[in-house]
Amino acid sequence: MPQISQLVSTFGSQFFWLAITFGLVYLLIGRSMLPKIQSTVDARNKRIADDLDAARIAHKQADEIEDQYKARQAADRDEAQKITAEAKVQATKASEKKVREADKRIATKIAKAEADIAAQTKAALSEIESVTAEATQDIVSKLTSAKVTKAKAVKAVKGALANV
Amino acid sequence: MAGEEGKIDPMHQFEIQPIFDGGFEIAGQAINFTNSALWMIVTFIALWIFMLGGMKREIIPGRWQVMVESMSNFITNMLTSNVGEAGLKYVPYVFSLFMFILFANILGMLPIGVLGLHPFTVTSHIAITGILAVLSFSIVLIVGFWKHGLHFFSLFVPHGTPLPMVPFIAVIEFISFMIRPFSLGLRLFVAMTAGHVLLKVLGGFVINSTNAGAGYGALVGIPSFMLMVGISALELLVAVIQAYVFALLTSLYINDAENLH
Repeated sequence: MPQISQLVSTFGSQFFWLAITFGLVYLLIGRSMLPKIQSTVDARNKRIADDLDAARIAHKQADEIEDQYKARQAADRDEAQKITAEAKVQATKASEKKVREADKRIATKIAKAEADIAAQTKAALSEIESVTAEATQDIVSKLTSAKVTKAKAVKAVKGALANV
Repeated sequence: MAGEEGKIDPMHQFEIQPIFDGGFEIAGQAINFTNSALWMIVTFIALWIFMLGGMKREIIPGRWQVMVESMSNFITNMLTSNVGEAGLKYVPYVFSLFMFILFANILGMLPIGVLGLHPFTVTSHIAITGILAVLSFSIVLIVGFWKHGLHFFSLFVPHGTPLPMVPFIAVIEFISFMIRPFSLGLRLFVAMTAGHVLLKVLGGFVINSTNAGAGYGALVGIPSFMLMVGISALELLVAVIQAYVFALLTSLYINDAENLH
């Protein structure tokens, strides 16, 4: 086994070259290249973390804006409903008032018309009375040639009409 | 590959040979530019190129950058989950350890023997894995005593140990603690060596049986070859898992040093 049989004769040589090469590896690679690579990795990780943070903040902001928008929408809707309800109430009131006024107007008109009708009826009746009395006087004078006074005729007509 | 006539030595692949003549000595140890050294440098360069692909530093990464970053994240997560925030300062070390072992393991698996080159697995040598294990272990010791001083020894007495049991438990814990660098180094070395030996032995079966005749080749060579394909896939898995285990155990030991029990 050369590893053991040559150990004494080559140990110095192996040690020497290992010291040089491993020393170079440690100094040039481990001490100078590796930290740069790690700093690249760290910088990338940091950037990813920062980007994620920024995204999270933006997301939160968007949520806030959405909440604000929703709140405003709800407030606007409430206000609109209030206005509508008020308008409805006012409209109902106004229409009721109008209806009442119209009712009153109609009632007075009806009353007036009824009074007219009553007056005319009365006038017509009195006219009928006087016409009937005259006719009664004429009829009585022509049939019996007896004179009936106007007062008597009116009285008789009134008595007859009352029985109608 | 073939050592002597018709004999294939599965251990030959682990031999360390100087590529260039010459070299020098430090403290009585000959330093040569060997195949092991070459593959360590190849490992470093491959790893460096791999990491360069991750250096575009784009916010939206390409495929390569994702690969590099996932490796970096993998080690960072391993240390934060095992050690906590305090583990982050060990990321460069554990990452270097993991990637160096991973690349050395996988590069040693490259089928470039087809091109006449000899792949060499750096981590199949106990010297390399041992040094890395001792390095991890020393970091644990240094950090442990630095942070906790002598209180670090309380590591050997787990919480809730009944008083009469303390001496025994402490001895057992101490032994298990001191075994750590050996188990850490041996595990990787053995896993790498065993897999490569197995592949080489099966490869020898294929060559020798085919040389012995078409019938033997069909009878022994083809099943051996199919087995090699499966084991190669398994070895690739082992290469990754062993690098992971080494890094994971290192981070667990660092956790002991940082947080005690």
